[in-house]
Amino acid sequence: MTVSTSPTVGAAQGLPAGRYGMSGLIRSEWTKLRTVRSTMWTLGVTVVLGIGLSAIATAETRSHWTPGNRFGFDATRTSLIGVFFGQFTIGILGVLVVSAEYGTGTIRATFSAAPRRPLVLAAKAVVFGMVALVVSEVVAFIAYFLGQALLTAPAIHSTLNSPGALRAVAGSGLYLCVLGLFALGVAVIIRHTAGAISAFIGILLVLPLIVSALPSSIGNEVERFLPAHIGQAIVSLHTGPRSFAPWPGFLLLCGYAALALVLGGFLLVRRDA
Amino acid sequence: MIEAKNLTKHYGDKLAVDQLSFEVRPGLVTGFLGPNGSGKSTTMRMIMGLDTPNAGDVTVNGRHYHDLAWPLHEVGALLEAKAIHPGRSAQAHLWMLAQTNRISRRRVDEVLEIVGLSSVAGRRAGKFSLGMGQRLGIAAALLGDPEVLLFDEPVNGLDPDGIRWVRNLLKGLAREGRTVFVSSHLMSEMALTADEVIIIGKGRLIAQILTAQLIAQSSQRFVRVRSPEVAKLRVALDQEGAATVLEDDGSLTVRGVDEIAIGELAGRLPVVLHELSPQSASLEEAFMELTEDSIEYHGTSTTSTSESKGAGS
Ligand SMILES: Nc1ncnc2c1ncn2[C@@H]1O[C@H](COP(=O)(O)OP(=O)(O)O)[C@@H](O)[C@H]1O
Ligand SMILES: [Mg+2]
Repeated sequence: MTVSTSPTVGAAQGLPAGRYGMSGLIRSEWTKLRTVRSTMWTLGVTVVLGIGLSAIATAETRSHWTPGNRFGFDATRTSLIGVFFGQFTIGILGVLVVSAEYGTGTIRATFSAAPRRPLVLAAKAVVFGMVALVVSEVVAFIAYFLGQALLTAPAIHSTLNSPGALRAVAGSGLYLCVLGLFALGVAVIIRHTAGAISAFIGILLVLPLIVSALPSSIGNEVERFLPAHIGQAIVSLHTGPRSFAPWPGFLLLCGYAALALVLGGFLLVRRDA
Repeated sequence: MIEAKNLTKHYGDKLAVDQLSFEVRPGLVTGFLGPNGSGKSTTMRMIMGLDTPNAGDVTVNGRHYHDLAWPLHEVGALLEAKAIHPGRSAQAHLWMLAQTNRISRRRVDEVLEIVGLSSVAGRRAGKFSLGMGQRLGIAAALLGDPEVLLFDEPVNGLDPDGIRWVRNLLKGLAREGRTVFVSSHLMSEMALTADEVIIIGKGRLIAQILTAQLIAQSSQRFVRVRSPEVAKLRVALDQEGAATVLEDDGSLTVRGVDEIAIGELAGRLPVVLHELSPQSASLEEAFMELTEDSIEYHGTSTTSTSESKGAGS
């Protein structure tokens, strides 16, 4: 075989102007995301469970409908039940976007191509965040409209004009996206797939159990700070007296995600790849 | 050009690289030679800006890796075989790297062709053999057509054909004027590939020397002599300043004078010779001898041609 690398050695003469940057990194991250199966799996499950489980739960409610059900019935929330399984699937995808690179050693190729690591992290967050947002919103809206269509009379249903309905539907998509970004940040800190997923699931599922085991004087104060609790407040028509209102809660969640990503970015620069 | 000055790296208590200084020049294949665990991979990761040195400094073409404008166009590296997502195809792997440095899709196909992976470009890399993984890593290194190339143990896992191919590739790249830095723990491999070798042991520089010179300087060069009058010959040789050892099998091992001088001496005496054979030690032995010294920690005075007194003591 012959070595036909290139006609000229002075490769530097043909360099593009400027410097590698965000636009190339975003394209690269998009390629990474769409060329592995785990993306299709996690997003596929998000769609199927998000729409399917919501439809089943709603149809079930309708078939056992009694006149007494209408008191305190939250039609919007009922139709979005399945969407919340996306917490796990979107979260796992957020983890994998980072941890798979560490697990396979690809991270060294990535940082060799783009040594400014925070820039790489930003590109990952942008690409994953956009994909997570689009998928989550589509699932939420489809689940919502399908659910409301299934809630035929005598059951009551809501419309997007109903108080709090649009906030709950759009908000649940936003919630999943930001929660996924939080998971991505956790993965940058922990770097191992199993460890990062455990930590993420722990925060989502185990932390609420621990808090509920605390004396109620403390537990009631702490509970509203939990990501899962914030999510419940966003999707519910009425929020409890101790919960954060939907949008302040959402801002707090954004703060968690930002904190995880900034801490991750800091460690990314400090640690060896 | 790669320049390392007093590079030092600890992992916890473990000193992986110890005040290592060297220069890798363009137009040559420079071998980076040392036993397993001597710090070759660590040094390469520091060159690439992946691991941060605890002390010292390393630059590529005068700049720190972090400051390169288009890293893949300036430096290419194969660091680990099969550092690929097993679910991603070879083509997708190269394409996602290419996109970061504005490299064309045509170039991706080109490097796949160069390394001979075109026919499996769309297949999931998880199914690749170690050798195919090495080839993909080499393709990634060539992607930006860089002037400086690093290869960490590139022939691992390759069959003899593949090894010959890598050897020719490296030589070809150097002939084009590029800086080629290639690590190995096998002296025999480096002897065939490298023009110059940088030898390290326990993270320390032992020697930076032209390969040909190393072979010539090998202290293992000696002449085996057999003679019915070996004692007489030995006395004469000792007077000439040669170092002689009488082996158990009756042969005489002579160092310090070559076979021509011994033959002439035997003729003058005269002494009958039954054997007069120059023995060039295997390079592997020369290498072992050099690195053994470093392991025993009293060999810091071994030959160093490095201008920057990197061998330190
Ligand atoms: N990431 C790491 N963490 C801890 N120890 C390491 C790490 N990388 C290398 N080492 C240690 O540093 C020494 C040099 O390793 P390495 O650079 O891989 O040597 P080589 O490539 O010459 O075989 C070895 O003792 C190895 O165990
Ligand atoms: Mg190594």
